[in-house]
Formats: sequence, C-alpha cells, structure tokens
Amino acid sequence: MATQLEILVNGKLHRVEATPDTPLLYVLRNELNLLGPHFGCGLAQCGACTVHLDGAAVRSCVVPVSAVVGKRVTTLEGLADTYPASIAKTDEPHLHPVQKAFVQEQAAQCGYCTNGWIMTSAAFLKENPKASEAEIREGLSGLKCRCGSHMSILRAVKRAAHDMAQE
Amino acid sequence: MNPTKSESNNWSRRDFLGNTGALVVSFALPIPGNAQPGATAWPTTVPPEMLDSWVAVRSDGSVMASIGKVEVGMGISTSFAQIIAEELDVPLQRVAIRMGDTATTVDQRGTGSSNGIITGGPVMKKAGAQARQALVAMAAQRLNVPPEQLTVIDGVVSVVGDPSRAVAYGELIGGKRFDLPVSDKVKVKPASQYKIVGQPVARMDIPAKMVGAYSFMVDHKLPGMLHGRVIRPPEAGARLLGVTADQSFPGLVKVVTRGDFVAVVCQREEQAIRAAHDLKLNWSKPAPMFAGSYDELYQSLRSATPKISSVVMNIGDTQTALSAAAKLVDVQYEYPFQSHSSMGPGCSVADVHPDGATVWMGGQKPYGLRKAVAELLNLKNEQVRITWLPGPGSYGMNDSDDVAIDATILSQAVGKPVRVQYSRADGTEWDPKGPPITMHMRGGLDATGKMVAYDLEARGYSGRVRPSGTDTPGDSLSCQLIGGMPVGGTDLFQHSEENYQFPNKRKVSHILPWKKSLITGLRTAHLRDPDGPAMCFASESFIDEMAVAAGQDAVEFRLAHLSETRDREVIKAAAQRAGWDTRPSPKPAQKGPVVTGRGIAYSPRAGTMVAIVAEVEVNLDTGRFRVTRFVVAHDCGFVINPKSLTGTIEANLIHAMSRSMHEEVRFTPSRVTSVDWVTYPIVDMTEVPDVVDIVIVNNRPQAKSLGAGEPTTRPVPAVIANALFDATGVRIRRVPFTATSLLAAFRARV
Repeated sequence: MATQLEILVNGKLHRVEATPDTPLLYVLRNELNLLGPHFGCGLAQCGACTVHLDGAAVRSCVVPVSAVVGKRVTTLEGLADTYPASIAKTDEPHLHPVQKAFVQEQAAQCGYCTNGWIMTSAAFLKENPKASEAEIREGLSGLKCRCGSHMSILRAVKRAAHDMAQE
Repeated sequence: MNPTKSESNNWSRRDFLGNTGALVVSFALPIPGNAQPGATAWPTTVPPEMLDSWVAVRSDGSVMASIGKVEVGMGISTSFAQIIAEELDVPLQRVAIRMGDTATTVDQRGTGSSNGIITGGPVMKKAGAQARQALVAMAAQRLNVPPEQLTVIDGVVSVVGDPSRAVAYGELIGGKRFDLPVSDKVKVKPASQYKIVGQPVARMDIPAKMVGAYSFMVDHKLPGMLHGRVIRPPEAGARLLGVTADQSFPGLVKVVTRGDFVAVVCQREEQAIRAAHDLKLNWSKPAPMFAGSYDELYQSLRSATPKISSVVMNIGDTQTALSAAAKLVDVQYEYPFQSHSSMGPGCSVADVHPDGATVWMGGQKPYGLRKAVAELLNLKNEQVRITWLPGPGSYGMNDSDDVAIDATILSQAVGKPVRVQYSRADGTEWDPKGPPITMHMRGGLDATGKMVAYDLEARGYSGRVRPSGTDTPGDSLSCQLIGGMPVGGTDLFQHSEENYQFPNKRKVSHILPWKKSLITGLRTAHLRDPDGPAMCFASESFIDEMAVAAGQDAVEFRLAHLSETRDREVIKAAAQRAGWDTRPSPKPAQKGPVVTGRGIAYSPRAGTMVAIVAEVEVNLDTGRFRVTRFVVAHDCGFVINPKSLTGTIEANLIHAMSRSMHEEVRFTPSRVTSVDWVTYPIVDMTEVPDVVDIVIVNNRPQAKSLGAGEPTTRPVPAVIANALFDATGVRIRRVPFTATSLLAAFRARV
C-alpha cells in the first residue's frame, strides 16, 4: 500500500506517496522531478542512479524509499550546495569542484552515466582526499561508461583532487 | 516561429547556463522539437529547398539552425553551431541547434555511418552563407548603401568605415521568414578566413550534463502519462499460450497481448516493473534455435551453405599464387555476437490519439520511424510526428527504435500517453546484435619475403537482418512477435578496407541465412562500424602474421606494400609518436611472468585514415593484460572541432578495447544469457591505458572534412592482438581476449 513518507532531499523536506519498498530512484525522478540520477540497470551494477545518503554514495535503484527517512539525500542537482562556496568566484555558477573539473576536461560523450561518476567521485574524494591514481581507478571501478569516456573522466577526477587539495 | 513549450524550457535552462561565466560556452544545446497540443497535420517533409527549413534568426539576434541529424554524444551539435556561426558571422553563443524532429527539421535520414559532418556540414555551411547574404542585402536597402560596402561583425551589419551606420540581424528579420529557395550558387566563406570553424571549442552540451540540466529522452513527461513494460518470451521462439486468469496488480491499467507480444501498462513506473516481473504467462516450449557454444557456432558458419556469396575483389590469380608461394600462411579468425548495451535501456514516450500520434524517441533515425508508426497505426505520414530527444550513446541500431514501437502499441491500446523504459535485460538480452563472422585468411610470401598473395573469405550473418532504420513496423521486435507484418532486412556483404598492393588479391563474402532469428535476441543489425572491427581484426592481424613469417618489422612490412600517401602517413605518424622500435615480432628475450609488447594496425574507413599503436603488459601466469598506451594517428581531413574529435577518438578506443577484451554475447541453444553487466561484462576504470597520444594528420582547411564518429574503432581488436603477439609470441585469433582464453592459449603453446 502506498503510504506518505517524508524524505529530506537536497536540503528540503518532501512529502511523497509511495509504497515503502519503491526504489528511491523512481521517487526522485517521478515524484520530485529530480532527473540527475538515471536508470541504468536497476541492479546496482552500473552506478548511473547514484545519490548521496548522509554523504555516502549509494545506488538509488536498489535503496527502498523507506530506508532514507530521517537521512539526508543529495542528488546531482544538490551536490554543489554540499561544498563550501568560498572558491566560487562571483561570476561563475557554484559548482562542486568535481563538476567543474568534469566541465573543464569535457569528461563525457553521451552523458547518460555522468551522474554516477560525479556523485561517486565527489564522495570518494571526500573520504580519500590524497588518493593516488591507482586508488582513484580502484575507487571508481564499479561504475560503467558505455561510450568509453574513461580517459577524460580519470583526468577530471585527478584534476578535482588536485583542485580540492589546493583549497 | 513560435518557441514551443519544450524550447521555452531550454531557453530558461540556457539562461541558467548563460550566467556561468568562464565555464559556459554557449547555449547551443540541441533543442528538441515538441508536439504542439492539438496539432494533427505536420508537413509530409520539411522542404529542403527552402532556406527557412535550415535557419531562422529571432528578433534578439539569436540563430536557430535545424538539421535532420542527431547528437549521439560526440559533440556534433557544437560542430554544426560552429559552421553556422562562422558563415553568418554571429558569436557561437547565439546559435542553437534543433535536431531530428520530423515536423521541423529536414529529413536527412538521421544519423549513421559517421557521415554527420560529411553530409550535414556542407548544407549547414551553405544555409549560413545564404542567410548572411540575404541579411546583408536587407541591410543594404535599410542603410541605402551597396552590399559591397557592408561588413558583418557579431551579427551586426555596418558600413565599412562608418560603424555608426549599422543594423543588427534581429532588427532586419527578427522572427520573420526569409522565403527564399536554397541556392546552390551561394558563395561560402573561404577557409582562410575561418575564426570559429577549426577551433577547439568546448562542447556546448557538456555543462548541462554535469549539473543534471540536460534533457534526455528518459526525462520526457506528459500529463496523464502511464508507464509500460514489455515481457519477452522466456526462450527464443516460445509462443504465448495464454495469460493466467484473475491476476491483479497495484496500479495495473491493462495487460496488452498481441500474438506473442506481451506488455503491462500501469499508473506508476515501479508498478509496471513489478507487474511485468510478477505476471504469470503460459509459453510454449520451442525447439532450440541457437548453437550450443561459440565453437559450434563458428563451425556452422564455416560449414553451412551460404544464402548468397560475392567475390568482392579479385586481382590476379590468387589460387595459383598461393600454390606457388615460398611460404604459405593459412589461418581462421573469429568474431562474436556483440551487444550495443546502451548505458540506459531503451526509452520512448508515445501519445497516440484517433487523429494522430506523436512519438518521442532516442534513436538515430526518426524519419524512417515515422513511416513505420504511420503504417502501424493506419495513419497518414502527416498525422505522425517523431521527435528525437537525446538518448544514451546508441552506436548503431540499438534498442531505441524497438522501444518506440512498443510505446506506440501501448499508447494505442490504452488511449493515453505511455512511457516505456526497458529493463536492463530488455536492453542487453534483446537489443539487435552485431553479427558473428569467421574469416579464413590465406597469404603467400615469395622467396624474398614479399607478399604475393592475399585471400580473405568471410562467412557470417548479414548485419542488416534487422535493418539499420525502421521504415516499416515489421522491422521492430514487437511487431515480429505480433507476427503477420512484412519485414525488411537485406543481405549486406561483409566489407573490408585496406589499400595494400599485392599482385594477387581476393576477397570473398558469404552471407548465411539468419532470418529465423528475427523474434530472438540474436537478430543481427548494425553495431558501431558494422563488420569493420571484425574484418580489420582478421586482415590487420593477418598482415602481422605475414610480417612475422617474413621475419620483418610490422611497420616496415606494411609500408613496403602500401603506396597511397595518406595510408603511409598515418602509419608513419603513429610509429613516430610511439617511438616504434623497428624489429620483427615477437619481442625477444623476455622473462615472465610479466611481459610487454607493442603492435600496430591501420585502416581506412570511408576516406578517413587511422593507424594505432598499442603497448601492452601481459601476465603469462594469469592471462590478464592491460593496454598501457595507445597512440593514434587520425586523418579525417579538415577538423571542424579538434577538441570534440579528441574526445571521440579516445572514447572509440576505450569502447572498442572493451569489445576486444571482454565482449561476446552469451547464449544457450534456447536463449541469450547475457542479460546485464555481470553476464555481459565491459571495460572498467582499472583497465584503461595510462596514456593515449593522438596525432591529427592532414588537418588543413583545403582537405575535405571526413567522418570521425567511428573510424578509430576499426583497427582496435587487431592492434591489441598484434601487441599481445609481440609480448607473448602467441597469436590470438578469436575475440574477445579474456583472461581465460589467453591463459588457455598460453598453456597450449609448447
């Protein structure tokens, strides 16, 4: 049975109606119109649906919506706001350093999987600010990109790690 | 031209991006057309002979160019915007590109064959130049000076020497039509004056993709839209015997069955997923349709009677030359079924009503699909509008057209708009597949080590059993399951390209019957560079084998048999950048278990030339290897946007490396068993090279711009196999090069 649930997404409390076992992904996309996370497999194999749950990267296609009640959900749309704005120059939009690095390195082809790489990298670099290239590769090994944008993505994540260390 | 609702959304998104300072390049995101509610008559075709079909200037001076191609993620929308901005003399930031909408863009057959720039570029160039000429003529009248005395800077026409006398494009035409036929005689800008074309401009679609603001097909919503899911037969060829009675599911609107086609339509997406999963159906137990293994499949390809055969090339007398050769090499190569497996499984929204239909789709060929949808619904073409929205990378004929037909069938069945998004299995198990091919290669050397005979005999299924567009509904999977509709599909001979000069050279292609596969997940279709990677794998590996047999260096051996300048130049450029160590393969005196090696392969593709050097590191104890470096020399003539080209080359390398290392569709005699990323593994971040070096060759304004969407893919399996041989002395003649297969090959070596 559909029930009313209150979930905290990108700093705002939302009341949604869904059965408790509905994967969070469908609630975000269809109820809250947050379209950053994408459906890729529904099996937690590709990462296209990644969001942050209390700051940790999780795959929203397998997280029941009821499991996020009382926790903080962040989507790609809200990622920048989780990062201090001190570095943002006034004439630039406020982007998370990972997003900024992805723009600078042109790190996408079709961009369908991009959400997963950005959200996973942001969580990973927060936990591992001094990660080596080998550790970054390992940390991102669970993500898929079908177009083969890996080289530019790797450059972008390394650039973001460097930029974040400078701050 | 009134901006539609969807465009308005895009404009506001543009405004957001427009304030992004240094990061923003332009608002020229591809703008999808949108159905206007109530509209039921769209033009049969947008008239290609009218300038207004290609370019419009709004009163604010912004420019909208329309093109019958789509953006598949390689940045072609930015390249088109560069061309239009260049010819019109407007800033790139003021150009928007509308793509792939049958109601508002000219039918250019959509996207495919890496021909976007070849066929789309010149028409954009002319449209921009003609629009500029018309606007300057209007300004001449307004300012009362001859056109020769006018100049255009950033969309403002002014009198040379008196910039105070000026008028902006927007004031001249803003929103009104040109009402001019397209002229073939219009003078385009000389390449020597280019300021925007040829520059490494940042892609315009990128910033929106990084913040979740890019509108994909999957994001499209309509009021009152329902959600559908299909249920495919559990085994290839199974017939639907019935739906178990008295089943109910939350939110279920309808179970739709037609022939062997089954689907559910529900109020909510998660309800449709659940209902499709739980619905009880009775299926027949069909006789097995597929081979029991790849060994068996390849054996059958080699032994079965072809449907048709063709001697594609026959120079000299190859058979006699082979018999007389001092040294003969006779080997078989094998390439498997591969899946498009797009990152997002197919998605489409259809709105079918009694007097018309609008379908939003994410595939490459919206124009053909329009005819198919019209035929399926018994409507006229002008009652149907197909609007492309950006899908995930499609790499050919993926599942997008099939899902568009599914959404159409379901919307018709329930009389409401329906969105269908496939499951992962629908996308991996059931997408059309690249065909398997066996390639019998024979070659002869004379006593001096010169290659005197080359013989290639390919046997496989046509890559167009499932056509590369959907011009008739019978071409779609669901209509084949429904049955009774005529199917297209053609016999396409395998195609190989190289320009080696051998006195005796023969290429034969055999196409084996495979039409029975149409209702299965092994029906064959175009997958990125159709047949190219397979045929080049055989041919370029084989040239390497001949070099080894001759005791010669792989680069020198190739150059000795190539006379065309552009072929030679890419090979030399790649070897030079790689720091090629000239010597025969394999690399001598290596102690295991970790060994290294390098290889080269080259191929033309429709005029574009690519040579690649790969360096590999191989563990002889585990069979695992990694490409540590790729060096690519790429000649596609004059490059519109070197930055987009670099990204496209890199992505082609990694995609093709994934196909070479990991990818073969698994199957049993009764079904495809590759259903997800575990059963159809692809490359991951730990496996990609440390370095990719790219050398762009022949990038001169005088050189015709050629395709770049997929040529880099072609030599990749061969170059990796050649590097593996150099490292290990073991020749791998079957794709994919998995750790298991390599280890078996290493151990088989005595």
